[in-house]
Amino acid sequence: MTTAAPIIDLNLMIPEIFLFLWACLVFTYDLVTKRKSGNAVAWLALAGPVLTGILTVVMFSAGFYGYGKAAGAMFEVDPMAVFFKIIFLGAAFFAIGSSFGLLKNRIVNHRGEFFGLILLSTVGMLFLAASREMISLYVGLELTTIPLFVLAAFFKDDRLSVEAGIKYLIIGALSSALLLYGMSFLYGLGGTTDIWQWKLEVARIAGKGEGVGVILTLSVITILAGLGFKLALPPFHQWAPDVYQGAPTPVAAFLSVGSKAAGLVAFAKLMIGGMVAFWDPVMIPNDWGILTAILAASAMIVGNVVAVRQSNIKRMMAYSSIAQAGYIMVGMVALNDFCLSSVAFYMFAYMFANMGAFAVIALIEDATGSCEISTYAGLSRTSPALAVTMTVFLLSLTGIPPLAGFMAKYYVFAAAIQSAGASPTFGFLYWLVGVGLVTSVVALYYYANIIKQMYFHDRPSTSPITFDAPMVMVLAVALCGVVVFGLFPEPVLQFARQIPPPYELFQH
Amino acid sequence: MGPLSSLVYFPLIGMVIVMCLPKEAKVAIRWTSVGASIIPLVVSFALTIDYFFGHAATGLMAYVEGPYDWIPSLNVQYYLGADGISIPLLALTGLLSTLSLLASFNIENRVKEYFAFFLLLEAGMMGVFVALDFFLFYIFWEVMLVPMYFLIGVWGGPRKEYAAIKFFLYTLFGSIFMLVAILILYFTSTPHTLNMMTLIQSGSRLPYMLQMICFIFFFIAFAIKVPVWPFHTWLPDAHVEAPTAVSVILAGVLLKMGTYGMLRVSWPMFPAALKDMAFWIALLGAIGIIYGALVSMAQKDLKKLVAYSSVSHMGYCMLALGAFSSAQAITGCMFQMVSHGLITGALFLLVGVLYERAHTREIAAFGGLGSKLPVYSSIMFFFAMASLGLPGLSGFVSEVMIFLGSFGAVNQVLVGISVLGVVLGAAYILRMVQRVFLGDFDLAKWGKLTEINTLELVTVTPLMVLTLWIGVYPKPLVDLMSATLNKLITLMQR
Repeated sequence: MTTAAPIIDLNLMIPEIFLFLWACLVFTYDLVTKRKSGNAVAWLALAGPVLTGILTVVMFSAGFYGYGKAAGAMFEVDPMAVFFKIIFLGAAFFAIGSSFGLLKNRIVNHRGEFFGLILLSTVGMLFLAASREMISLYVGLELTTIPLFVLAAFFKDDRLSVEAGIKYLIIGALSSALLLYGMSFLYGLGGTTDIWQWKLEVARIAGKGEGVGVILTLSVITILAGLGFKLALPPFHQWAPDVYQGAPTPVAAFLSVGSKAAGLVAFAKLMIGGMVAFWDPVMIPNDWGILTAILAASAMIVGNVVAVRQSNIKRMMAYSSIAQAGYIMVGMVALNDFCLSSVAFYMFAYMFANMGAFAVIALIEDATGSCEISTYAGLSRTSPALAVTMTVFLLSLTGIPPLAGFMAKYYVFAAAIQSAGASPTFGFLYWLVGVGLVTSVVALYYYANIIKQMYFHDRPSTSPITFDAPMVMVLAVALCGVVVFGLFPEPVLQFARQIPPPYELFQH
Repeated sequence: MGPLSSLVYFPLIGMVIVMCLPKEAKVAIRWTSVGASIIPLVVSFALTIDYFFGHAATGLMAYVEGPYDWIPSLNVQYYLGADGISIPLLALTGLLSTLSLLASFNIENRVKEYFAFFLLLEAGMMGVFVALDFFLFYIFWEVMLVPMYFLIGVWGGPRKEYAAIKFFLYTLFGSIFMLVAILILYFTSTPHTLNMMTLIQSGSRLPYMLQMICFIFFFIAFAIKVPVWPFHTWLPDAHVEAPTAVSVILAGVLLKMGTYGMLRVSWPMFPAALKDMAFWIALLGAIGIIYGALVSMAQKDLKKLVAYSSVSHMGYCMLALGAFSSAQAITGCMFQMVSHGLITGALFLLVGVLYERAHTREIAAFGGLGSKLPVYSSIMFFFAMASLGLPGLSGFVSEVMIFLGSFGAVNQVLVGISVLGVVLGAAYILRMVQRVFLGDFDLAKWGKLTEINTLELVTVTPLMVLTLWIGVYPKPLVDLMSATLNKLITLMQR
């Protein structure tokens, strides 16, 4: 195989480079001010994702460096990359915006590090979104997760936080190892790390009748396990509740959206981008679609059922996010024209609702020091606006129309039903949709439990909650997102529809 | 904004205004909400009159708005319309909403939130009856659940939390089946559409199995709402715990959505499945009639008695829906929907009036109220007679139509058994009347009870007038609906 010197078109990477430099700026600013940066460092960090987002959108819509490839095959900006970049930047924006409350007493030192690491993790996600090749994908994934290990353990004096950090580190290392192991098999089969080249190569080998089955099966299983850990799909989910509970709340929020979306992107690139050509029982004996469907079903069942029993809201949200990942995977295994766009739209809607709900949780935690669900009793009496906002987020997560969460669920289930009706191979999707719908009734029970606490109890357990400006901004943006994209999802859907269907991914 | 949109949006605008008012301004909040619901009331009655003179002869969809593209990627359209089966229900919704808001003036706790939720509920109900796009229909159907959950859960009785979540879970469980059926219909139609009018034409061309699956899925969703025995267990809890006005809406409008959905959607859309299921539907109806009546007889609580009588009365509707080939039965079904809305709405209002004063609803606690509260008692007696089907009042008309119509169209044994429901109905109603209003009056205990006041009289009088009017002269209502019903019956018999 001849390899020409790769053309590295750095212009395409301007948003990533910009955000990286901005993260360095945040680190330095904290040092220059002799660690007395106050809230200024947080505002500075908040500007990072906003400016990068503007840069991405402007670069994209102004027509220069919209889509294209750079660094050979390593880096490609396509509609999917742009869409997910917006999600990652949004998640970072919400996470930083809801961290201001921590600055009062929890994060007194190392403020630069806290915000800088969030930004660095986001840089990793941005690279991941644009990678189309196994090594850059892996590097992006690691760059995403390593800062998160530190962030999870950021409360050094809090045993739960340290436990969260250690757990996340060990699980993260294990899952990366599994993923890498699987990818090494893939490399061994195809002799290249470029996913599209690899697919062609393996299709050629398989076409010649040479067996690729066993080794491919092995790699599929290890990769699914590795990504299963990253996405917290049962039975690989046990770390999630402990980590969410122990980590600082904005970090848990960032984990539940940013890191989840990163895992989804990796899944889409590797499995849908790489393996979809082998949707053929002859070539690939264990149907990875069915394996994934089982993971999705167990996520929806375990996540929703176990969430009912939680008394700590962060643990409840951890299980709820496990379940939400299950819904997203329903769209993922549909493998039709709508599959990736439904996943992207779901993630987009989920970002607003989940980051919003976590922002409220962070606010309550800052004010009361507690994450128990009983803390929310009578919130509608003391802080009616906050209670309404939280209710809207929870209803969106449940999937009650006309909120964005409903549109997302509808789109995902529509994708699955279309696929199930189109071909008998996908008949199992009917069952998957059935599981999804029935468990979403269970989900109503625990989301409504929070609403019940806030509204049905007359004796408030909290005094009125005060807001700071960034929190107002975060809640307002999230609320607008949930409502506006519920009523008028069309522009976002249009954009999500540009994501090429699986069989065209990596083709152009 | 067309007239049908205004039915939906005026309550929503009212809700926004109420939310902007300070929460101390209780009087302003109350009258703003009543104002916001009077507009749809006037519009819906104007539409009824206009439809009667302008469109009733053809029975076609009128006042159509759209279809406008709303979410083109998913082929979702904004498409509203009303015909002979939605018009009477719109008028009923408009009337009962305003009356219930008036009956809610005694709410003193969290007034602002109460009226805001109530107006949202009204918008959702209006929306269900005018939506002609499945997506829109589903949205309105679900939107209603949220305010209902709060109205029961915050302002309800002792077991309000349990009743509220039970209602929410039950109905959501039903709606997910509807969602699947909608998706199946969407993807089996070419070109893909969510337009109900188009799908009614194409639904009947689906393979038999698929028709059956969709029919059953829709049936589960609608049957939970009606509620058809054995899906009725949420109803007594919700009714007993809900505040008076919410019970009125629940019995008067929400239950009708189930039967409306059947008439509008699943009956004309899947004729082949309907043909095979008709007996079972009538059977469920007959069981509901007898079961509801028997359970009513055993109730010690006035409100629970009225709640179970609803199960029995909606059973008549189901029996008629099982006898879909008879125009008379289906007309009777629509009649029963309207008349049950009027009568049961009034009964809940009246029970609320008594509860407000006596703070108990236990039948055994009362006796001889007729001598102390003559006006109240005679009104209650009027509606009790209407409920048991006294000739001259609306309940009689609908029962006669249903029994006459269904006798030739379904298993006659079933109809014979169902007629027993009338006798049982008389038994539980008369027993209640006897124990509460006749007999000895306990002066020491109830000496301080006051007579029904003007506001309460205002809320029940329109219902009395309409009940009497329909009972004496049902022809206008028949004429309003018959052309549309005939078209639907033709569709059902394809």
